Amino acid sequence: MPGLGARLGRGGATTFQQNLAESDCIVIMGSNMAENHPVGFRFVMQAKQRGATLIHVDPRFTRTSAMSDVHVPLRAGSDVAFLGALVNYVINSERWNSDPFFREYVTHYTNASVIINQDFKDTEELAGVFSGYNPETRQYDFETWQYDGEQDHSTSPSGDRSTNRDQTGPNRDEAKEVQTAEPRGEFVGRLTGQPRTDPSLQDPMCAFQIVKRHFARYTPELVERICGVPQDLFLRVAEALVTNSGRDRTSSFCYAVAWTQHTIGTQMISCCALLQLLLGNIGRPGGGILALRGHATIQGSTDIPTLYNLLPGYLPMPTSVKKHDTLTDYLQVETPELGWWYNTPKYMVSLLKAWYGDAATPENGFAYDLMPKIEADYSFQKMLLMMKDGIIKGLFCMGENPVVGGQNAVLGRQALANLQWLVVRDVFEIETAAFWYDAPEVRKGELRPQDIKTEVFFLPASLTGEKEGSYTNTQRLVQWHDKAVEPRGDCRSESWFMLQLGKRLKELYAGDTSARGRQINTLTWDYPTIGETGEPDLDAVIREINGYTVADKKLVKSFVDLKADGSTACGCWIYSGIMPEEGKNLSKNRRGDEAAALEWGFAWPANRRILYNRASADPQGRPWSERKKWVWWDDTQGEWTGLDVPDFPKTKRPDYQPPEGAKGIDAHPGDAPFIMMADGKGWLYAASGLRDGPLPTHYEPWESPIGNALYPEQPRSPSALFFERPDNVYHELGDPRFPYVITTYRLTEHLTAGGMTRYVPWLAELQPGGFLEISPELAAELDISNGDWVTVMTLRGEAETRAMVTLRLQPLHLGDQIVHQIGMPWHFGYGGLAKGGIANDLSALVQDPNSRIHEGKSFTCNLRKGRAAGHPAGYSTKRPSPELTRQAGEEEGHWVKGDVKGDHGA
Amino acid sequence: MGTFDRLKNRIGLVPNPVSAQTKQVHARIRGASASVSVCPYCAVGCSQIVYTKNGKIIDIEGNYESPISGGTLCPKGAATFGLLHSPLRETKVKYRAPYSDRWEEKPLAWAMERVAQLVKQTRDANYEETNEQGMTVNRTTAIGHMGGATLDNEENYLIKKLWTGGLGIVAVENQARI
Amino acid sequence: MNAAIPLIDSDLVGTTGARHGAMGYLTDTTLCIGCKACEVACKQWNQLPMDNLEWTGYSYDNTKDLSATTWRHVAFIEQLDGTNGHSPGVMPPFQSNWLMMSDICKHCVKAGCLEACPTGAIIRTEFDTVVIQQDICNGCGYCVPSCPFGVPDLSASDHKAHKCTLCYDRMVDDLEPACSKACPTDSIQFGPIDELMQRAERRVAELHQRGVKSAYIYGDRAVGGTQGIDGLNCFFILTAEPEVYNLPAYPELPQDKVGSAWLATLGAAFAIGAVAVAALRGR
Repeated sequence: MPGLGARLGRGGATTFQQNLAESDCIVIMGSNMAENHPVGFRFVMQAKQRGATLIHVDPRFTRTSAMSDVHVPLRAGSDVAFLGALVNYVINSERWNSDPFFREYVTHYTNASVIINQDFKDTEELAGVFSGYNPETRQYDFETWQYDGEQDHSTSPSGDRSTNRDQTGPNRDEAKEVQTAEPRGEFVGRLTGQPRTDPSLQDPMCAFQIVKRHFARYTPELVERICGVPQDLFLRVAEALVTNSGRDRTSSFCYAVAWTQHTIGTQMISCCALLQLLLGNIGRPGGGILALRGHATIQGSTDIPTLYNLLPGYLPMPTSVKKHDTLTDYLQVETPELGWWYNTPKYMVSLLKAWYGDAATPENGFAYDLMPKIEADYSFQKMLLMMKDGIIKGLFCMGENPVVGGQNAVLGRQALANLQWLVVRDVFEIETAAFWYDAPEVRKGELRPQDIKTEVFFLPASLTGEKEGSYTNTQRLVQWHDKAVEPRGDCRSESWFMLQLGKRLKELYAGDTSARGRQINTLTWDYPTIGETGEPDLDAVIREINGYTVADKKLVKSFVDLKADGSTACGCWIYSGIMPEEGKNLSKNRRGDEAAALEWGFAWPANRRILYNRASADPQGRPWSERKKWVWWDDTQGEWTGLDVPDFPKTKRPDYQPPEGAKGIDAHPGDAPFIMMADGKGWLYAASGLRDGPLPTHYEPWESPIGNALYPEQPRSPSALFFERPDNVYHELGDPRFPYVITTYRLTEHLTAGGMTRYVPWLAELQPGGFLEISPELAAELDISNGDWVTVMTLRGEAETRAMVTLRLQPLHLGDQIVHQIGMPWHFGYGGLAKGGIANDLSALVQDPNSRIHEGKSFTCNLRKGRAAGHPAGYSTKRPSPELTRQAGEEEGHWVKGDVKGDHGA
Repeated sequence: MGTFDRLKNRIGLVPNPVSAQTKQVHARIRGASASVSVCPYCAVGCSQIVYTKNGKIIDIEGNYESPISGGTLCPKGAATFGLLHSPLRETKVKYRAPYSDRWEEKPLAWAMERVAQLVKQTRDANYEETNEQGMTVNRTTAIGHMGGATLDNEENYLIKKLWTGGLGIVAVENQARI
Repeated sequence: MNAAIPLIDSDLVGTTGARHGAMGYLTDTTLCIGCKACEVACKQWNQLPMDNLEWTGYSYDNTKDLSATTWRHVAFIEQLDGTNGHSPGVMPPFQSNWLMMSDICKHCVKAGCLEACPTGAIIRTEFDTVVIQQDICNGCGYCVPSCPFGVPDLSASDHKAHKCTLCYDRMVDDLEPACSKACPTDSIQFGPIDELMQRAERRVAELHQRGVKSAYIYGDRAVGGTQGIDGLNCFFILTAEPEVYNLPAYPELPQDKVGSAWLATLGAAFAIGAVAVAALRGR
């Protein structure tokens, strides 16, 4: 989540769900919270009951809108224009300029006063691009974005090989392609001392003035023209936010993937962070930004990442396009002088000790060589192309359904058909496992199983209840789930699969002294097993994740105990402290309370619930108000205290000033709440960490029916990443063949690609088939009635589905132009009980340059009445074949319609 | 109230007999063992109680103790029992040979060995110790991993550790990206 | 209060004929987010099968109605302003433009199904709830038309009548029923009727104060014909006319018509007799 990371320091929700109840105004934007997080939404309802204003900004009127005080329908993908206009409104509002709270918060806790490099040029000066843009490579040189005085650092702290022209390494373009700007940001190393500031915020090159100028043209009129939002509705939102922010009131934002899934998705999120910093809402109860993750442990999957560019705890993967040759090089490049990341060596060395054990010694750089180096983009979308192009030959797919959930799913199925082998581990025979006989292409006869070479393994997996382990929820809270029963048949956990496969591979490589032999043989893999099936003892895994001292295997209490000398081992430093002593797994804590619930589960880091909570006190350390107190300085005890674990050095005084030459966190003054940032401040202006600009800028989606009203010369994101090839063709802006905006979304009754819901009868009956939603106006234009079969088309593919004609969708008036929007759930596929056309057969591979996330929330399409030619019968959303319903009822007695249990459990 | 109304109001007030079955009625979780679980669907993190009897799950419902969910669940969470016990649930290893038009059932151990062999073959044939510039890279781009975001943290840890740290597999991705 | 709502006697607001200690539900539709957790939680606990897989195209409602296998059902009523095709951005407080309402057996104070049941299968329990005893029910179906709300339904497979038991088995063990327990927003609240009714009255007053002038309790003796049923043990806070939710504005027991029908018959007999006598006399 680089959008939050770049401005605040960490890629996680800044608050926790329960705390929404304390909000005075909640803006849900880029999320359909009532539908996708119904239980979390109960805190929104509590806030509403207490009188909070609830605002939903969304292209569609959803179950969230139904509960809101204000619903703002906006054009999909135009969120930055809306948020930017809020920024502009706030800065110029009377309240913001007259209530001293705002100025105090902003000057002390953000980088508003920092003077930026004099050579920096804004998009307003360069017609839609920032200074440093290279149109050939579509990339930015970040030099001019830096803080003043930091640009001509003698060494190249980023270690970017390409900045050294004599190097014969891979070129700069590739260097930029490798890393995503995950929370730590790769230029954190630039800052070595306190930057030059103007606390009066008057200097034209101070961050505040740059922000002010950048957004000056984001007016209510512009919002109406770009977003299709009536001005009075926009003003209503702006006023609600300004009124409900301040010393005694706080507003919060909730967002989800409807912000991330855009070519400028990271900047949408970052714009929200910018706005919330300006309003003084970060780090305070009832404030903040709640990132709503879509799956049980999306947050955990990035903390302990199965992502190509990260190691556990947001350490960057070593890469061959930076000067990462040795551990010393890596640490030199990746360790900033200031801020918490100054501790990087401790975390990296401890990780190497955890993975390579005794073989990791100071002499061999702790076996750093054994860690592979990445060299290019291997993110999800690129992987599909690597499979299709024969680079990836074997694929493991565990609990993911890419031929429904992946973009350009037509290409995705072709990619699977070009693999040598495919291992699918799941609980149902999902579409990805069945592609070779059940895909639309096979049913239509375009592809025959006899022509598909892929060797396919389906290994049944076990589920919660059948295995133990932990999930990290949307608020960074790690919770343990116990095992209740043994799994049936061959069902096994992924831990079992990995452990047993690893053991077999170690046997196969026994005695192999080549590099690849050493890599697997050196890996520490001696987890004790339990039970007949040989499941790993997860206590041993949690111990390793928590960290221990190597000599006596004693658990460390927290990441503060980790060392860079090889005396400690730790699998994921941000989770350190989860098991501070033997037998005490804090994720198993189950004592909840009404406040911060500090004894329910374990929230990383260090069990903090509201991040940056130093900002809940004023610069002198006193609560901003009685109503909004959370963490404060206790002068008699000489420490920070309050309702939460302070996200700040516990005994650092509010008036602390760093001595000359101080390093790391000691270099931050006592009023710098953002401890992960090099200067300890929230970044209104992001000097580093974002590839597409230090400030959010409105660009149209990659596919849009209209041009960019703000910057006609730069309609699309100038640095979005794309894959132009015959099997992934894009629509030009304003292409009359594809006049409609389509946005994809989820329903309460299903989860993602449906692998856990469309196969469950109780959920299948609630939403039994695919459909799309259109306005009565569009329906009338195309002669479509409610319930008709329709076909949606793009240059990637087509999908047939049923039409739901509803007033919940409405055409938008952008000046003279009317834009129609189509909404289509992306759950459905050709397998399971609830079937339907695949929305992702329509979408394209295209990426946000920061997160490498696609643009499924906004692209263009055409729509016509009628079914697709030659489409397989299996798409019917009427009752499927009678055998299937019968089969679905017979195996377990209680499912059978005839077996209604009337004995009330006797 | 007239006699007629009084008579009318008597209808249905004579208690009907309580049946033998009704006298026995009780909640089926009476006497069951309870384990604490977390809902496997979205990221709200609702706590669940899994009730078991004789090694079988008989009921899954919300956990009042949770400060997040307070006993409640959404329809997906409420259907967790149905997820575990869906008639479409697979419990056997299935294998599809290259160019075949059918699944075959195979023993788990056979599949594990075959997968291990394939990993070794593919890795050995496509392993880079150094890149073109001579930098040590110890990686293979020939094997990929796509993982759902409903795998446990411990599972993800072992996945990342074995694939990347142990085998040099770099194309390791997660649903978190999409 | 909205004039369209069939208020009979304001003195009866908040009163039911339920006896002290009766248990029931308050379903507050102003808090319902239409998630259908109640539907699934009910099916899970009662182990009811899915009904069918037919996509209706009617808003997000695909289970359509209460049935022998669906004992909670969430209705969706889209009420966006159709005159100009635009939803008003600023909405009346609380759920307004897209109504959602979780329907259920009302466990009537005077239950038509119970009165109609000829086998004695339907009983009133110690919690004042109405339960069909499956070991007695012979599937005659008399209860089906006798319910003014259309709740009991004959199963196509075991041919017996089924409906909500208000989780009688759970209540016996002091457990909260499945649907109200699952409800994330407390739209469904379970408890003693007296308490729930007080809560409902407070909530309606609060809603009125916050501008939801149309809020009222459906199921007390003040509304429509529920006087004849003497109130419902499962009542609702609604914000539109009962018919909008497919509820009868004047629910009546078919049985209640028996008396007048009998009188009419008697009258007719007298009339015919009188005519006959007159005719004979006139001869």
